[in-house]
Amino acid sequence: MSSSSYDIVIVGAGIVGAACAAELARAGLGVAVVEAGSIGGGATAAGMGHIVVMDDSEAQFALTKYSQDLWRELARELPHDSEYEECGTLWVAADDEEMAEVHRKKEFYGSRGVRVEALDEKALRGAEPNLREGLAGALLVPADSVTYPPCSARYLLEQAQSFGAQLFIGKPVVELTGNGAKLSDGNFISAGISVNAAGSWSPELTPGLNVQKRKGHLVITDRYPGYVRHQLVELGYLKSAHSISSDSVAFNVQPRATGQLLIGSSRQYGVEDKGVDHHILRRMIDRACEYMPRLSKLSAVRVWTGFRAATPDKLPLIGPHPEIKNLFLATGHEGLGITTSLGTAKLLSDQILKRAPVIPVEPYLPGRDHQEAAHA
Amino acid sequence: MPEMITLKVNGEIVEVAKGSMVSSAVAVAGAKMFRRSVSGEPRYPLCGMGICFECRVTIDGQPHCRSCQIPCRQWMVVVTDD
Repeated sequence: MSSSSYDIVIVGAGIVGAACAAELARAGLGVAVVEAGSIGGGATAAGMGHIVVMDDSEAQFALTKYSQDLWRELARELPHDSEYEECGTLWVAADDEEMAEVHRKKEFYGSRGVRVEALDEKALRGAEPNLREGLAGALLVPADSVTYPPCSARYLLEQAQSFGAQLFIGKPVVELTGNGAKLSDGNFISAGISVNAAGSWSPELTPGLNVQKRKGHLVITDRYPGYVRHQLVELGYLKSAHSISSDSVAFNVQPRATGQLLIGSSRQYGVEDKGVDHHILRRMIDRACEYMPRLSKLSAVRVWTGFRAATPDKLPLIGPHPEIKNLFLATGHEGLGITTSLGTAKLLSDQILKRAPVIPVEPYLPGRDHQEAAHA
Repeated sequence: MPEMITLKVNGEIVEVAKGSMVSSAVAVAGAKMFRRSVSGEPRYPLCGMGICFECRVTIDGQPHCRSCQIPCRQWMVVVTDD
């Protein structure tokens, strides 16, 4: 048994842990990152990697917008395999009711400095010829982007290492306290501050956290370059993603740099089994085909699942644990962890280093009252 | 004489016996390859039973069709990589 000492020990080498490590190491702190599996092997690898500004609440908007700006800055130095591409999001409206939502969103984003454009039926057909006819239109958010998250996580950890951070990969943590992390091999990594960035596993390390697993499925197709040009999300997504209790599916398709398409999405609570659920997979694909009928002709090469770390108010937990001294949290990012990882790293570091944050940290503090946020 | 089917492979008219797979028609047409791998290598049918995916071609505008598993139809349009 041995013991080593750091300023900070971060548990979890997903994109959130990696971003926090890079930020804190760059600030001159001695950082250790401990990961039970592989770098970016949890929700980071399972998700789509959509970097998206959201308007679910003002707090969600603030964090996603702040984070997206940070991604655009980081993109200048990201390696090729991060596959960062500013393809934009098209929020697709199926009918007039959803078209009214397009205009509401346009006003919301536009008045907050996000470039947006409303597309009518014809313009949408021109932008995405493989969508079915008869859709009402869409909202285009051109600055939204996509990335391949595991490679971005790896890059952030390389940055952390270049500032002296140490990685402990393949090392499960059996106990996490404010004094450090005890590993399953008996070693103890002692630190002045511990950070739980273990995503959907975070409650196992810190019992009592208001974080639940929310299972998702994704399909990836063979290569069909140009088949889809933007990240496509149905506006009905807002209804389904918000439904906190029941299983839901939504049309959500992303073009990858390889020409492949990612097809999602599904959301399920109360499921621990990692296996593919063929019933919900069928619902998810049927939903996608309602928007893009010829998708059924494409060949899928793989299906997998993952677990989002969901909180009741759909905002992450960023900051000190309300009771345990020197334990900080950076978890609960649900389906937005890739986007909000960079903002999370800033806000966490601001609190640890007592710097003034660019956006208010209060909505994300772990000690907040976890009521479901009112929808914008 | 078996019943014959006429189709196009890379723009050339090819005649094959009814029941022939598209992979046979591509071979008859003397195409340079069936497809190119992601790294640019030429690929040809290997398993002949739909498992290896090496024989993929575009049929009637639909990419990634396994030519060893699809019988030729009259005036099918087949395109290989080149």
